[in-house]
Amino acid sequence: MTTYSQVVQYVITGITIGGIYALIALGFTIIYNTTGIINFAQGEFVMLGGMIAVSLATTGLPLLCAALLSVLLVTAVGLLFERLAIHPLKGASIITLIIITIGASIFLKGVAMLIWGKDAVRLPSFSGDKPFHILGATILPQHLWILGITLSVMLLLHLFFEYTILGKAMRASAANRLAATLVGINVRKMAMCSFALSAAIGAVAGIIISPVTFSSYDVGTMLGLKGFCAAIIGGLGSSPGAILGGFLLGILESLGAGFLSSSYKDATAFCILLTVLFLRPRGILGRP
Amino acid sequence: MLTIRNLEAYYGAIQALKGVSLHVLPEEIVCLIGANGAGKSTLLHAISGLVPLAKGEITLDGVSLIGRSPEEIVSLGISQVPEGRQIFTPLTVLENLELGAYQRFRRERRRQISREIERIFQLFPVLKERRSQPAGTLSGGEQQMLVIGRALMSKPKLLLLDEPSMGLAPIVAKEILQIIRDLRESGTTILLVEQNAKMALSLADRGYVLETGKIILEGETSELLQNREVKRAYLGKGRKGFLEE
Ligand SMILES: Nc1ncnc2c1ncn2[C@@H]1O[C@H](COP(=O)(O)OP(=O)(O)OP(=O)(O)O)[C@@H](O)[C@H]1O
Ligand SMILES: [Mg+2]
Repeated sequence: MTTYSQVVQYVITGITIGGIYALIALGFTIIYNTTGIINFAQGEFVMLGGMIAVSLATTGLPLLCAALLSVLLVTAVGLLFERLAIHPLKGASIITLIIITIGASIFLKGVAMLIWGKDAVRLPSFSGDKPFHILGATILPQHLWILGITLSVMLLLHLFFEYTILGKAMRASAANRLAATLVGINVRKMAMCSFALSAAIGAVAGIIISPVTFSSYDVGTMLGLKGFCAAIIGGLGSSPGAILGGFLLGILESLGAGFLSSSYKDATAFCILLTVLFLRPRGILGRP
Repeated sequence: MLTIRNLEAYYGAIQALKGVSLHVLPEEIVCLIGANGAGKSTLLHAISGLVPLAKGEITLDGVSLIGRSPEEIVSLGISQVPEGRQIFTPLTVLENLELGAYQRFRRERRRQISREIERIFQLFPVLKERRSQPAGTLSGGEQQMLVIGRALMSKPKLLLLDEPSMGLAPIVAKEILQIIRDLRESGTTILLVEQNAKMALSLADRGYVLETGKIILEGETSELLQNREVKRAYLGKGRKGFLEE
């Protein structure tokens, strides 16, 4: 394998995992923008998406049904989470709410361990595992699925926020709470919508990555942290930033793992984060 | 149309309104004047359901508003232009206007809302020119027009205006005043809060003077303009003396 084809290989792998990071980062961004909360349970939505889909698929349900049902169920978890843990605490400080999301993350992980045990499981690839070759690099069909679905979700999100009144109302609530309330938007309901939406996006990420990196009760922690890094690198609160941060992180991490050492893979992410924060404390596309 | 009786409002232990009573009749412009911290904004916030601790009675056409959520109050027909040009900065001018009709999207057709937007554009032609610009890039006067336009998008029975001329150049302030006059011509009922007493009194039919949470004077604007107390405190020394009150 030439160095050139190695680079292509690592970049392609990086784009794939970067797309996943970007989706998770978007989940962080949506909740942060509408509520100011950093939801550290975001990774658990990813974990649940994968685990539930695998469970449903093993009961013999067609893959697509299992996936859709899993997204629905995780969305319901997101809604319940907001209703039960965030909503009742009227007037609590943001920092309290963030700590609650950490608690929820630990709780969800514990419940997942009780239900599914500690073994890693895997959703079958969406269209087989027969690799093909481009520019000397080996690509799995699942990589294309991941990229395609990631881009579609991003496009749908864009359409939702730009062209529907609910999407606009969510942006309005983020921009100016008082004004939003005065035009008759229920800002707290928008918070609920943001949790539901983020949970759904997280679930999608967890489902499409499962055939490649497997699912287990504890995948949420690292994926959530990486997604959080991506959001910070891109500039917390900026959706284009989240996407950029996700892909950047994925690609650099994959190159670092390939050329340096794969045991430093996770360290790479945090080094990149520190470097970006050092050079540009607000993140690449963050606004003051 | 709007009747308020013995309204009290608290921020924690601080009592901002100490038994305010006032009313607004259909198609009237009523102004409320008073110094900084008198409680004018608190009163408007209480009407819109934003003050958690409000006691007393507020009714709109006989329907009680106390205890209702801000959304319900908007849907009952009260729209507020809060102080300080509260726009949705990153959203476009058009989106800001659409959101003014947020509650109407459930009941009405898109076409009706577009027609309403056209009507607002006739009222404020400059907004039409800037329709796809982020609202944050508008000048102060344009932003104020946008907030008024947005408030009108819900087709309110009663419009609450909190210091619409604050911080605007005199010529722009005049323009806003003209718009308020036009709105009255078209039959909108308005409760106007102003620190600039001269301006408010020249515009309104009736007025109330609020001081540290209490109404100390009320009457036809022509009477208030002649009142010695008002002249001394709010007109004679102009805005500067007014701030020292
Ligand atoms: N959120 C709040 N928390 C605590 N106190 C408040 C709050 N809002 C207003 N107050 C107090 O209530 C009183 C009335 O305030 P309000 O804003 O209603 O005055 P105002 O007449 O609108 O003044 P201005 O002309 O400066 O706008 C003031 O003493 C103010 O400090
Ligand atoms: Mg005020």
